[in-house]
Amino acid sequence: MSKKNKYQVDEKGMYGRFGGAFIPEMLYPNIENLKTVYLDIINSEAFQNEYKALLKDYVGRPSPLYYAKRLSEKYNTQVYLKREDLNHTGAHKINNTVGQILIAKHMGKDRIIAETGAGQHGVATATACALMGLQCVVYMGEVDIERQAPNVARMKMLGAEVVAAKSGSKTLKDATNEALRDWICNPEDTFYLIGSVVGPHPYPDMVARLQAIISEEIKWQIKEKTDKDYPDYVIACVGGGSNAAGSFYHFLDDERVSLVAVEASGMGVDSGETAATIALGDLGIIHGSKTFLMQSDDGQITEPYSISAGLDYPGIGPQHAHLHDTKRGSFISATDADALEAAKELTQLEGIIPALESAHALSALSKMSFKKDDSVVITVSGRGDKDMATYMNRFGF
Amino acid sequence: MKRIQKLLQEKKDIFSVYYTAGYPNLDDTMPILNALQKAGCDLVEIGMPFSDPLADGPTIQHSSEQALENGMSINLLFEQIKELRPSITMPIVLMGYINPVFKYGVEAFISKCQEVGVDGVILPDLPFDEYHEKYQTLFEEAGIANTFLITPQTPNERIQLIDANSNGFIYMVSSSAVTGAKSGLSDEQLDYFNRVNSLDLNTPRIIGFGISNQSTFETACQYASGAIVGSAFVKLLKEKGADESAINDFVKDIKRNN
Ligand SMILES: Cc1ncc(COP(=O)(O)O)c(C=O)c1O
Repeated sequence: MSKKNKYQVDEKGMYGRFGGAFIPEMLYPNIENLKTVYLDIINSEAFQNEYKALLKDYVGRPSPLYYAKRLSEKYNTQVYLKREDLNHTGAHKINNTVGQILIAKHMGKDRIIAETGAGQHGVATATACALMGLQCVVYMGEVDIERQAPNVARMKMLGAEVVAAKSGSKTLKDATNEALRDWICNPEDTFYLIGSVVGPHPYPDMVARLQAIISEEIKWQIKEKTDKDYPDYVIACVGGGSNAAGSFYHFLDDERVSLVAVEASGMGVDSGETAATIALGDLGIIHGSKTFLMQSDDGQITEPYSISAGLDYPGIGPQHAHLHDTKRGSFISATDADALEAAKELTQLEGIIPALESAHALSALSKMSFKKDDSVVITVSGRGDKDMATYMNRFGF
Repeated sequence: MKRIQKLLQEKKDIFSVYYTAGYPNLDDTMPILNALQKAGCDLVEIGMPFSDPLADGPTIQHSSEQALENGMSINLLFEQIKELRPSITMPIVLMGYINPVFKYGVEAFISKCQEVGVDGVILPDLPFDEYHEKYQTLFEEAGIANTFLITPQTPNERIQLIDANSNGFIYMVSSSAVTGAKSGLSDEQLDYFNRVNSLDLNTPRIIGFGISNQSTFETACQYASGAIVGSAFVKLLKEKGADESAINDFVKDIKRNN
C-alpha cells in the first residue's frame, strides 16, 4: 500500500475498518453506478474545467487565507483563518454542490434531491440547481423547518421544493432517511446530492475530493504568507465532517501538519445532550456507512443535540473515524457555551461574525496551547448571518 | 432452515405476513402470531423495530416508532419467541436493519436465533459481499436461512449470484418503492416477474411490497411461490389491535381463492 492510501478510501470503499456501503438492495444499482463513474468524471478535463471555472467566477474562490493579527496576539501564536464564509451562499457547502451537480449532469440525471439540517446545504443545492436548471427537492426535518425559516424561504425563492420530514425526531437524520426513501422510489432519473462526507461509499470520498480545494489553496497560500510551505496546525469543526475533510485532504500525508477536528458537545460530552460522536465512540452503521455513532445499548440511533444545527448529526464521516483510530487526527470537543464565547471573540477582535459551527473550531484556540511561531490555520466554514437569531437570544442584543 | 425449505417444497401460493414486534402493544407479538397461525398463515416475518427504517414507508415507520416506545428490543423479542415457539408450526423469519443486530453481535444473534427456533432472517442493509465474506458460513452452520432482496433494477447476473448463495427464498421486491407505497401490480411489474422467472433460479421467490389484498396476492402467486402482506396488515393492527377475529377475517379474505 502506498503511503498516500493510508488515510484514503481503499478499493472496497473502506477507510481502515470504517465506511463501506451498507444499503438495502433497492439502492445497490444506483450506488454501484455512481461508484463506477465518479472518478472518471471528476478526473476528466471537461469536468475539471467547468468545476474550476465555477469555483472561481461563481463561488468566488480562492477564498482568502487571512492573518488574524489581534487573535494571534491574544493567543500568542500565528492564527490564519481560511475564509469559507466568504463563498457565495455563505459556507463551504457550495464547493460540494457545484461539483456534484456537474457529476449529476454528466450522468444524465435531471432531478436532484438533498437533505439539510440548518438549511445551508439545502440552500447550496438549490442554488446549484437554479444555476443548472435542474429540478430540486430538499428534505428537511419538520423541527428544523421551524427553526431555520430564512433558509427555507431562500430555498423556495431559488425554486426548490422543501419537503418536511415528519418521522422520528424530525431533524437531520430523519431528513436523510426521507431523501434515501425518495431515491429508492425514484432510482432512474434522480441524483442524491449528499451534503457531507457521510453515507455509503463513494459519497464520503466524492465529497472529500470536492471539498479538497480548501486544503489545495491553504497549501500555496501558507507558502506565500510564511517562510514554510506547510502550516503546523489545521483546525476545523466536524458535523458529518466535510469542511474538515476538505481542510485536511492535501495534508493527510504530511505528518508535520497536526490535524485537529472539533466536535460539538452541546451541553457537555456526558450530559446526554451532545453531538460529540467520537468522544462517545460507539461503532455502528448509519446511513449506509460503518462508523462511530451515537446509539442506545439496543443499537437504536439516538438524537444528538448541539446549539448549531449543522453539527447535530449522530454519526461522523468514516474517514474521520479512521483518522481518530490511527491517531492521525486529534478530536476535541466544544460545548455550546465555548462556541458562543469564541463567536463573540472573533467578532469583536477581527470583525468577522462566524457561523455557530465554525465557532466550535475557533474555540480550539482557548483549549489548546501553541508555540509563538506556530502557524495555526482555522477553517471558518461559514458566516453567522443564519445564526443571528441565536446570537440575539443568547447575548441579549 | 428445514421448516422453510419444507414449506417451499410442499406448498404453492404461500401466504406470508410481515408485522412489527411489540406493536401495537409490547405483549401483542405472540397473540398475533397465534392468531395468524390459526387463520391459515403459512410464514411470518417479524420485524425488529429500528429507529431509522429507511426502506419503510409511513405505516411501518409508525409501527417501529411505537414499538420502540413500548420498549421492544431484540432480547425481549427472543424471549417472547422462545416462550411460544413450541406451539407454532410456521417458519419464523426475523426482519430488520443491520445496526441493532451488529450492536447485539452477529454471532450472538445467530446463535440466539438457532436457540429459540427462528428459521431465517432478512437484513436488507447487510450487503451481499459483506455477508458472503464474513457471515455466510456462520449462518449456514447454524441452519439460519439468510434472505436477500431483489428489485426491478437488480441486474440478471446479480440475481444469479444471489440465487447461488441463498438457501431459503429470495424476497422479490415488487417495484421501486419503500414498503406500503403502491397498490396494484402493473404490466411493467409483471414483465419483471417474468424476466426473473426466465432465469431458471434454484431458489424459490416470494413477492413483497405492495401486496395488500386478494387480487394482488392472487396475481403475485401466479409469478412466485407466494407473497408477503406487510403494511396492509400493520394498518389492520393499528385500527383493530391484536384482535383474533379481525386477523382471521383479514387472512381468510385475502386467501379466499388460493
Ligand atoms: C457553516 C457550516 N459549517 C459546518 C457544517 C457542518 O458540516 P461538515 O461537518 O460536513 O463540514 C455546516 C453544516 O450545515 C455548516 O453550515
